[in-house]
Amino acid sequence: MSNLFDLLVAGLATGAIYALVAVGFTLLWQTSQTINFAQGEFVMLPAFLMLAAMHAGAPFWLAIILGILLSMLLLGLAFKMLLVDPMMRHGVLPLAIATMALAIGLKEAVKQFFSAEASPFPSIVPTGDISILGHAVSLQSISVLVVAILAVFGLTALLNRTSLGHQMQAAAQNPTVARIIGVPVERMILLTFLINAFLVALASLLITPIYLAKFSSGEVLGQAAFIAAIVGGFNQVRGAIAGGLLIGVLDNLAAAYVSTQYRAAVPMIFLIAVILFRPQGLLGRAEERTV
Amino acid sequence: MKSTLLAGALLAFATATSAHAQAIKLADVAELSGGGATVGTNWKNGIDLAIEEINAKGGVLGRKLEVTHADSQSNPGVARAQVQKALDAEPYVLLGPGYSGSVKVTAPLAAEAGIAQIMGGEAAELTQAGNKFLFRTSFGQQSSMPKVAKYIHDDMKAKTVAVVWVNNDFGRGGRDVVVKELDRLGSKVVADLSTEAGQVDFAADVGKIKAANPDAVFVYVNEEESARILKELKRQGVTAPLMGETTLIGQKVIELAGDAANGARGHVGLTTDAPVDLIKAFRDKFAKKYNYVPDHNGLKGYLAVYMVKATTEKMGKVDSKAFADALHGLTIKAADEPGILMDVTFSDTGDIDRQSFLVEVVEGKQVVKQVLPKVK
Repeated sequence: MSNLFDLLVAGLATGAIYALVAVGFTLLWQTSQTINFAQGEFVMLPAFLMLAAMHAGAPFWLAIILGILLSMLLLGLAFKMLLVDPMMRHGVLPLAIATMALAIGLKEAVKQFFSAEASPFPSIVPTGDISILGHAVSLQSISVLVVAILAVFGLTALLNRTSLGHQMQAAAQNPTVARIIGVPVERMILLTFLINAFLVALASLLITPIYLAKFSSGEVLGQAAFIAAIVGGFNQVRGAIAGGLLIGVLDNLAAAYVSTQYRAAVPMIFLIAVILFRPQGLLGRAEERTV
Repeated sequence: MKSTLLAGALLAFATATSAHAQAIKLADVAELSGGGATVGTNWKNGIDLAIEEINAKGGVLGRKLEVTHADSQSNPGVARAQVQKALDAEPYVLLGPGYSGSVKVTAPLAAEAGIAQIMGGEAAELTQAGNKFLFRTSFGQQSSMPKVAKYIHDDMKAKTVAVVWVNNDFGRGGRDVVVKELDRLGSKVVADLSTEAGQVDFAADVGKIKAANPDAVFVYVNEEESARILKELKRQGVTAPLMGETTLIGQKVIELAGDAANGARGHVGLTTDAPVDLIKAFRDKFAKKYNYVPDHNGLKGYLAVYMVKATTEKMGKVDSKAFADALHGLTIKAADEPGILMDVTFSDTGDIDRQSFLVEVVEGKQVVKQVLPKVK
């Protein structure tokens, strides 16, 4: 049983990261029908921006701020204006394919300008253990979980409790009516892109000390988060969160109790089952759009 | 008439001179990106360093060496296409790839073309298929794993062992030999865990090791995963001694795993920390040129080029077809060819015999604990 506790904590910590990334999938889908297949690479890039800032001589805290700001500029503003806006009018599929191309471009660019090798990345929390109920739990895992939960709560509060959030919801649910009642729809959409960029930068900061900074590290993550978003419900932020945590835990339990050889298969089988029996996702609602 | 003859003679002379001065072309296909990027980049840099040195001293038999590098993306399918492309350009010798899976699918192509292939793969089966053109730069698993098993049984005195391996050609090959050897020696394998390349979370795997409570853990996964599993083993407080191969205690692993690498031991065919003067000199040259300390793959790439040089000079001619025959059974002494770093003998199957090392990570540094002599 002690083993089960460790597995749950590790699984929840990994799942929290998936959740942060998966939330971005649903946000962009809701407001602009963008399926961003470069989402994994969006998590990989901020770590390299921070490393580049540190190589240029910036202290770690400044590198973090610069990294987050640059991410919001590149992965939020520039992504929307230079890729999503021009491709949008051609439909959802061409846009999805364009984001796949972007993913390849980002990976190759990092490989070219940085290195093909993995680099260590400093951790914002000390690498020690704390004792919870007599179990040694890594501070890193706990902090990942806590920060991810705080970020998600903050986002939910923003969406449900503030006028800004209500405007974003209106822009997502019915852009035409929202426009008529005076909601600046374009600005709301841009805001979701900036929020997504902030979340991926945060995810990057949290996981790179564990995953290591490497140009290809977005592949696994993007895939896991995409599965999480579908399992939870692509049109619900809370669905993406539940999906992320579930996939993280499932992966670890499968490795421990089914077979280490089939660990990667279990979430996939689960995904197929969800698509077959509950295509809108566990918490999603059919044919409805809400942030 | 006279002028035509003169022109003809001049032309013939010019052709002969240019043929004489023509560079010897080598082709390298390596893991420059993807999961094996660490392997391939070190290998490539080792090759470039050796070629630069050799050319600065006048080349091989008076001819310069030239190399083209191609990226296999750590993918056997891509490696095959790149090797085919490289062979179409008719190189003197083919260098790489470094991953066993990629070597396995490309070796038949080189053999068919009759071009010798000097590679970095370590899977046992590679040199057991009767290929007459394939050569190793390091020990195959059939040479190294028995030494590993013997150390676990004799020196670590482990009666029970957990074996963690990566589920690919490299990992499975090593796992098969070591499990067989441990069994033969009387050490029991109490946990046999396969992991995925690129795996991030090792909590479940380490949990299983902990539950099995072995006397020793044998870890046989690639460098980045080694770093991650070392961290997780430390976090979950596994105190059983860790034994592995070069991939567990390489420079990159130490850099990535930090403190968690301390205490890990490994059998190393090649290490830049070997107490051998020529290797120390190589390490300094490499670090000066590339600003980092190479791992064993840097040594392998470097040695591959010097194998080409020594064999060609032994033959006294640049003959691509006769190269493989000349290298079989050849012993190259470091006293005669310092670039080969340590005395080495090549068998008829392309396997090597050379001294090796038992290394432990102490305070972030590889420390050689034992030197294991050449078998013959």
